[in-house]
Amino acid sequence: MALEINGKTYETDEEGYLANLSDWDEEVARKMAELDDCDLTDNHWEVINFLREYYEEYQIAPAVRVLTKAIGKKLGKDKGNSKYLYQLFPYGPAKQACKYAGLPKPTGCV
Amino acid sequence: MLHTVNKSPYEKNSLETCLGLSLDGSDILLIEDGVYGAIAGGKASAMLLEAMKTRQVYALGPDLAARGIDPGRLVDGITVVDYGGFVELAARNDRVQAWL
Amino acid sequence: MSEIKKFMYINRRAPYGSIYALEGLEVVLIGAAFDQDCCMAFVGDGVFQLVRGQDSTQTGMKNFSPAYKALGDYDVNRLYVERESLAERGLSEDDLMELTWEDEDDDWAEKPSIRVVSREELARLMEEQDVLLNF
Repeated sequence: MALEINGKTYETDEEGYLANLSDWDEEVARKMAELDDCDLTDNHWEVINFLREYYEEYQIAPAVRVLTKAIGKKLGKDKGNSKYLYQLFPYGPAKQACKYAGLPKPTGCV
Repeated sequence: MLHTVNKSPYEKNSLETCLGLSLDGSDILLIEDGVYGAIAGGKASAMLLEAMKTRQVYALGPDLAARGIDPGRLVDGITVVDYGGFVELAARNDRVQAWL
Repeated sequence: MSEIKKFMYINRRAPYGSIYALEGLEVVLIGAAFDQDCCMAFVGDGVFQLVRGQDSTQTGMKNFSPAYKALGDYDVNRLYVERESLAERGLSEDDLMELTWEDEDDDWAEKPSIRVVSREELARLMEEQDVLLNF
């Protein structure tokens, strides 16, 4: 599968995750969100950028429990809870946000 | 002949067998997990020092780097080569024997 | 399954040369979601997994050693490393990565995760577990 943006092709896997992390740019995230009928706000970007930094440091996509805890620590308790994160990413914060961030599917997600 | 060893000496006896079955003047190249044998103070140190009296021992730099082994930590006398060096060794010798 | 069991993941293989180390780490990260009491043991060539300064760029393989630093986030806070295995390989504790976890009950103080133990101590620790898993 692939994603077409402004004439450029981005290779994805069968679930729509980006094949090559290094292909990622903000347009990729916007396009993926658009296909899910999701408008990316600053709050979304906060989580997407956090995930990219997390992957850069640890080379893994965090499990949702780990993501929630880490977001709470970095961005405050009002954001570090699953209700807030599910509002932003109704398909599952780890799954959906990781996809927009160009990361592989989180380890342990089926 | 060029002999390559790609197994850790702690898990397999490939290096020991290789040293037993290589003649004087042979080149011995440690690659992949074989590079673990090159760390000074390890199990294979004495064996390699003895071998290097009559044979040349090399270790593949990219495999050392991947495993976090600083070239300064190796048994004295081991030469670090890159992929180009690997090719040269293979070309210089008439045959390659891979100890798996 | 509400009862918490003690799990120990025993790692005996070097990274990169085979898939065991990476697969084992993934299983630990997945298993951590089940809120069990998990620890890891590094024996034999398994101690090589924790060596600092790994850089696999030139080999084209993924350097997965940074992922061990995330284990604390997954509440895997005890990584037992067998002292004899280190010594046999010309290594000491200084050659290992600095891995920490944050203690929620102690104002999030950072505490070391790696505990170098003797072969005998490790044998006793194994005896205390409910489940042993090998990689």
